[in-house]
This record gives sequence, structure tokens and C-alpha cells, in this order.
Amino acid sequence: MLEVSSLSADYGSFRALFEVSLGVEAGETVAVIGPNGAGKTTLMRVISGLLPPHSGTLAFEGRSLAGLEAHRIVDAGIAHVPENRRLFPRLSVEENLRMGAYLPSARGKFVERRGWVFSLFPRLEERRNQLAGTLSGGEQQMVAIARALMSEPRLLLLDEPSAGLAPLVVQQVFDLVRRIRDEGFTVLIVEQNVQQVLDLVDRAYLLEAGRIALSGSADELKRSDTVRRSYLGL
Amino acid sequence: MSRVWIMAAAGLAILAALPFLASPYVLHIAVQVLILGLIYTAWSFMGRFGLVSLGHGAFLGIGAYTSALLWNLYGVTPWLGIPAGMALSVLLALVIGYPCFHLKIVGHYFALVTLALGQVVAFLIIAARDVTGGSLGMTPKAVGTSLYALQFPNRIQFYFIALGLWLLALALRHWVSFGMRRAALDAIGEDETAAAAAGIDVMREKLRVTVISAAVTSFGGSLLTQYLMYLNPETVSGVGVSLQIVFAAIAGGMYSALGPTVGALLTLALTEGLRILFGTQLIGAANTIYGILLILFIVFMPRGILGVIEDFSLSRQRRERAGPARSAGG
Amino acid sequence: MDIFLLEAMLNGLMYAGLLALLALGLNLIFGVIDVVWICYAELVMCGMYALYWLHAYYGVPFPLAAAAAILLVALLGALLHRIIIDPILGSAPINQLLATGGLLFFLQNFATLLFTTDFRNVGIRLPSLELGDIDIGYARILAFGVALLGAAGLYLFLARTFLGTAIRAISQDREIMGLMGVDARRIYLITSAIGGGLAGLAACLLVLQYDVHPFVGLSFGPITFMICVLGGLGNMIGGVLASFIMAQIIAIGGYELSVEYSQVLAFLVFIVLILIRPQGILGK
Repeated sequence: MLEVSSLSADYGSFRALFEVSLGVEAGETVAVIGPNGAGKTTLMRVISGLLPPHSGTLAFEGRSLAGLEAHRIVDAGIAHVPENRRLFPRLSVEENLRMGAYLPSARGKFVERRGWVFSLFPRLEERRNQLAGTLSGGEQQMVAIARALMSEPRLLLLDEPSAGLAPLVVQQVFDLVRRIRDEGFTVLIVEQNVQQVLDLVDRAYLLEAGRIALSGSADELKRSDTVRRSYLGL
Repeated sequence: MSRVWIMAAAGLAILAALPFLASPYVLHIAVQVLILGLIYTAWSFMGRFGLVSLGHGAFLGIGAYTSALLWNLYGVTPWLGIPAGMALSVLLALVIGYPCFHLKIVGHYFALVTLALGQVVAFLIIAARDVTGGSLGMTPKAVGTSLYALQFPNRIQFYFIALGLWLLALALRHWVSFGMRRAALDAIGEDETAAAAAGIDVMREKLRVTVISAAVTSFGGSLLTQYLMYLNPETVSGVGVSLQIVFAAIAGGMYSALGPTVGALLTLALTEGLRILFGTQLIGAANTIYGILLILFIVFMPRGILGVIEDFSLSRQRRERAGPARSAGG
Repeated sequence: MDIFLLEAMLNGLMYAGLLALLALGLNLIFGVIDVVWICYAELVMCGMYALYWLHAYYGVPFPLAAAAAILLVALLGALLHRIIIDPILGSAPINQLLATGGLLFFLQNFATLLFTTDFRNVGIRLPSLELGDIDIGYARILAFGVALLGAAGLYLFLARTFLGTAIRAISQDREIMGLMGVDARRIYLITSAIGGGLAGLAACLLVLQYDVHPFVGLSFGPITFMICVLGGLGNMIGGVLASFIMAQIIAIGGYELSVEYSQVLAFLVFIVLILIRPQGILGK
């Protein structure tokens, strides 16, 4: 479904990704794990078109994404829940959802999608008229994911959904992601919380210093010495 | 460095010889270029550090009207009238500048606050029409050539006075830009927080530049009046004049010593050239073209004519020094 | 209370509606694109000329001419953005302001070149409403009413539509607009057209009260900028509130003193207020 090959990209004046290749099949849940500054967020930003790559190719459902601006990539079917959620703080929850359904193809189904999202996250229906900036961290993450789902994406990119949340809330967020996975969405997730995310995904890639250091099924990675030593603290 | 001095000396020689070679008309234009050059240079004192004032017409108007009114109403010599105008301008600059810099009013806000200041002075001059003549303008009482009244109907005399004062303004610019405080001011223009962290009293430096700029602009306003012997609110205050100052300085290049003067030359040459070309049939043609030029300048060369020339010669020098290098660098 | 003072204040109230309309347009553009169109009042001037020629000269019925003028100024706004602002979006904001200043010069003088400095009147004189000793021109009442309707329409558009929501969202987080499927450049262009359209609407109302000449913009342009700063640049509600304050100062000042002194007073009050509350009257 998503094919990334030999992708290099810069973060400011630094090279952040070196010849990264990875793939996601339809229906899969795939994680990219790795330490801070490994280039995980840069990878997500390149896929969603926020950052133009230096070299390499990106294809989604057999179609090249080369040179497409971010708004075209959303239209192609990829939704990105960015790092730190990035809600519109002075818009209400409902208005944030409306922004998620901005695409002409999604507008017509707005009411229907909103109903579905509210059934998925009943809490959001209670808060629908509240300004997004006044919500708790966990609720904000719900809005961010719900907003991304409004465009009916076929691939969902999640960038550090658990970052900056209290442990109890982290658990809730992972439950959320699990529910989305079970709804049949294809998900590519970036996480530092290695233990939890490996319990959730089918496959994973380990990104270190801008290069893919290791890849395999979640179980393979859990058993690998590198991951056990450096990321699981075993 | 020596090449610069030779060029400067040659330039001065030409400027000194000009009154004896040029026609009275050219001399008339030259005097105005020098006076406007002085005023535009004064604006660039602030402009080059990112303090874009859209209200310098206020200082220009105060300078022009204070000396002229004192002379006409009370017979006070411009020797006192001009400093009085400068003092008033400085006071106004302090009253506005201190709170603005204290409250960190910058960018758009500073530009619009100064614009309001220009409006206040312009409307005051019009409103006080009993003494100022309102929109019709006024004429300082002429007494012939007089050192006491600072009136020199002889163009050549006035030319040399203007030339001397213009050179003084350039020297002042040099002092402001390259003196003790250059590092401080550059730091202010680029990164205020860093400058403050380096122990520079940002506010004091800004205020100093503003006060100097206001005083010289006010002086220029008086000078212009003494030369033209006529003044009205539209030509020495208000939005139009304030914008003209800004634009000429930018078009010429506010980061270069001679930039604002080149801007004055450009503006006058354009106005006069089109006036001669079309006569009075096409009122507005000159400023129409001027407007288009300004937009082009800001879009394509925000550093102005001299800025572009300097960049070009700098990169050429570098290329020469580097030999047949592939890129010009910079 | 002095009956004539009351009349002046009522007229000030009517005038405030017009100023509020202009302030809304400027604030909308500033909020979205972060640029102050210093030539905004000159766009109004263009609209007034369009109406003059269409209605008074070519005899096009006023409502039709008004619609054409609004469209024309909206188009001008979009063009202004596309040709002047868009190429320098990356440079210092003050350069963008100055570039529109160049356009101000151009528009004023091009109008002088085309139409001379003659004052032209569109030739519609509406009667006055007489309430005892007070009379208020219907042109002013109409202007106030239409301005209010325009403001309400803008509010509904911004609050209820997808496009309006995007316009409000863009200033809160520019970068991720793309992730919402929003083409920010298109939003900029549309916002510029709406801003232009509001200037065109103001032109339709102003032309019923004032003659048009190339420098007519100077009589309400600067005061509009002061209103926007006073309300907090980009703050719509603040702008409307500031319009009513400034219009009353001008109206009462004009009655008690003179037209020019009322302007002096208005700008002085502005300077004092802004030095007391630099973030604008509604800022935190």
C-alpha cells in the first residue's frame, strides 16, 4: 500500500534520513521505533508532504507521491496525526472535526462521519462545543485522531500519540489505537514507548541515526538483543 | 581602501565645481536633492535598524512650521527658530519613542503608531489655519540675502550651505553606524533578545537613534523652507510625504551611505523628467510610474539600487580574489 | 442634552458602521495573511469610481452597478495578493506593508491621471429622516444597516462554513493546514478577495454620502488603521468596538471643535490608548 524506497531527507541543514526503505501493506499496523532524534518525525513529515524529500521515492497504492503538496496527499488517502497533536486551540472540538473533513470529498459525509467518530469517542460528543485548547491531554489526542479520521483515510500516520501524557492516559491512548486498528484501518505509528507499541502492531522498523537498523515482525523485534537491551531495558 | 578615497575626492570636486558649470535649473534641482537627501538619510538612521517610521512627516512639519512661524509672527531669527523646532521634534520623539520601545511596539504596530503621529501634526497645521494659512500654505517673510534671516536668494550660496550640511548628515550617519555603538545597533536590528542578553541597553540605543533621526529630519524641514520660501501641510507633513520619505530611502538603498540621496535624485529626476516630457497635461503620471517602481523595488530589490550595486561589486571582488571560481558566493 | 450634539452622536453611530466594515476587512486579511494593506482605502476609492462611471455615466441601475463594483474590488483584492503579496510572503512583514504603500501611490495617481482631481458625485440624493429637530440622512441609515448586515453575513460565513472555519483556523496553525487538505495559498487568495469585496461594499455605501476623487481614501484610510490597531490587529470584535469609539470621538469632536481638531483629537486618543494598552482594547 505504502512503498518508501531509498528515502533521504534533511532536517534544517542536517541530513536526518539516509536511504530509508519501508513498506506498509493494506490492513497492517506497522510501527517505527527508535531513540529521540533518530528521524522518526522527519519520516512522517516527508510521507505526508510537509517536508520535501532530498531523494528517493514514495508511492501510495501504486501511485507516486513525488512533488505532491500536503493537501494533495490527504486527498490521496493518507491522514497524519502530527506530533504534539496540533489542534486548533481556539476552535471548538466540532470545528476541529470540521477542519478534518475539509476535503470536498469528505464534506458531504460530514454529519455521518461525525456520528461515527462520536460513537467511537463518546467523550468528544460531550465536549463538542468546548474549545480544543481547554481539553485535557488525553482528550486532545482523541480529537487529533478523530480529526484525522474525518477525511476517511485509507492510511493513518500517528506520530508519538502517547508523548507528554500521564501513564494512565497513555494506556487509554493505546486502547484507542487498538480500537482503530480493529476497525480495519491501516496504521503507521511512530512511538518511543516501545514495549506498548510492540504489543499492538504486526510489524516494526527500528530507526537509528536516520537509518533502518532492524526490521521484522513485532515478535522478532521483541526477541532481538538490540531492542531488548536498548529499548525494553531487559 | 585608497580607491574609495580617490573616488570620494573626485566626487567632492565635481560637487564643488557643479554650481559654476550647471544651469540655474540644474542647480535648483541639485539643492533640492541635497536637502531631501539629508532628510531621507535621517530617516534611514532608524530604518536600517528595522524601525520603520511612517510618520517622519511629523518631524519635517514641526521643523518647517516652527522656524517659519517664529520668524513671521515674532521676528525670531531662524538661528533660534531651527533649534526650537528640533527641540520640539526631539521632545515628541521621546514622548512617542519611550513608551513604544518600552512596550516593545514593533513592526506593523510601530509603523501604524508613527503614521498616526504624522496625521496629528498634519491635521494640527490645517486646523490652526489662522496662523498657518491651513491647506493654502504660507510664505516666510522675505528680506533678501541675510545671514540673520538665513535667507539666500542666490542659489550658489545656498548650494554650498546645503552641500556642507548634507556632508554633515553623512558624517553623522557614519558616526551612528560605525561608531562605538555599531555592534549594539546591528544586534538590535537582528536579534533584540540576544542584544539584551549581551548587556546592551536596547531601549536606550533605539531611543538615541530615534532622537537623532527626528532632530535631523526637523532640521531638514526648516532648511527646505528656507530654500523654497514656501510651505504647505501637504508638502511637509501628512501620510503622502511620510511615505515618500520611506520609499525614496528604500529605492535608493537605506543600508548604503549614499542610498537615500540616490533615492532623492531618482524621485526628483523622475518627477521633473516626466513634467518636462508631458508638461502639465498628465498630472499624476510621474507618481503613477513612481508607484509602480516602488512596488517593483520592494518585490525585487528590497535593498535598493545602491544595495544591489554593492552586492554586485562585492561578489565581483570576491570572484576576482578567488580566481576563476565556479560560484560567486555570498 | 443638546439636541444637535445628539444628532452628531447619532450620525457618528451611523458612520461607525462603515468604519467597522472596513476594519473587518482589514482585520480579516491581517488575521489570515499577516499583512496590513495600507492601500485599503484606495481600493474603496476604486469601487467608488466604478460606481460613478457605471451608474452616473453609463446609466446602469444602481443595484447592478453596486454588484459589479463589489465584484471588481474583490477581483482587485485577489490580484493585489497574487501579484504583490504572494511573491514576497517570505520577506519581512513590513516589506509587504510598504509594497501595498507603493500601490497606494499608484492607485491615487493613476486615478488622477485617468479622472483628474475633480470631485464627482454619483447623483443620488436620498432624503432625511426627521425626528423632531434631529434629521439623519437615509443614506447614513442605509449605510449603517447594510454594514451591519454585511458584518452579520461575514460572521455567519466564518462560523458556519468549511471555508470560513479554515480562514479562522489558519492563523492558529499555518503549517498543519496542509494536513487538513487545505491549500493555504488558495485560502489567502480567497481571503484577499473577500477583503476586497468588503471594501467594494463600503464603496457602494460611501458613494451615497461623499463625492469621489483620487485622494478620498485619505479621509478614512488612516483612521481605519488606527481602529484596527486599537482593537488589536486581527481581532474582529475589537475592531468593531474600536470603530464605535473612534466614530464617537470624531462626531463629538467635530461638533464641539472643528473637523480638523476632531481628527487631531482622534489620533491623539489613539496614541494615548495604544501606549496604555499596546495589545489593543480587547487584548489580554
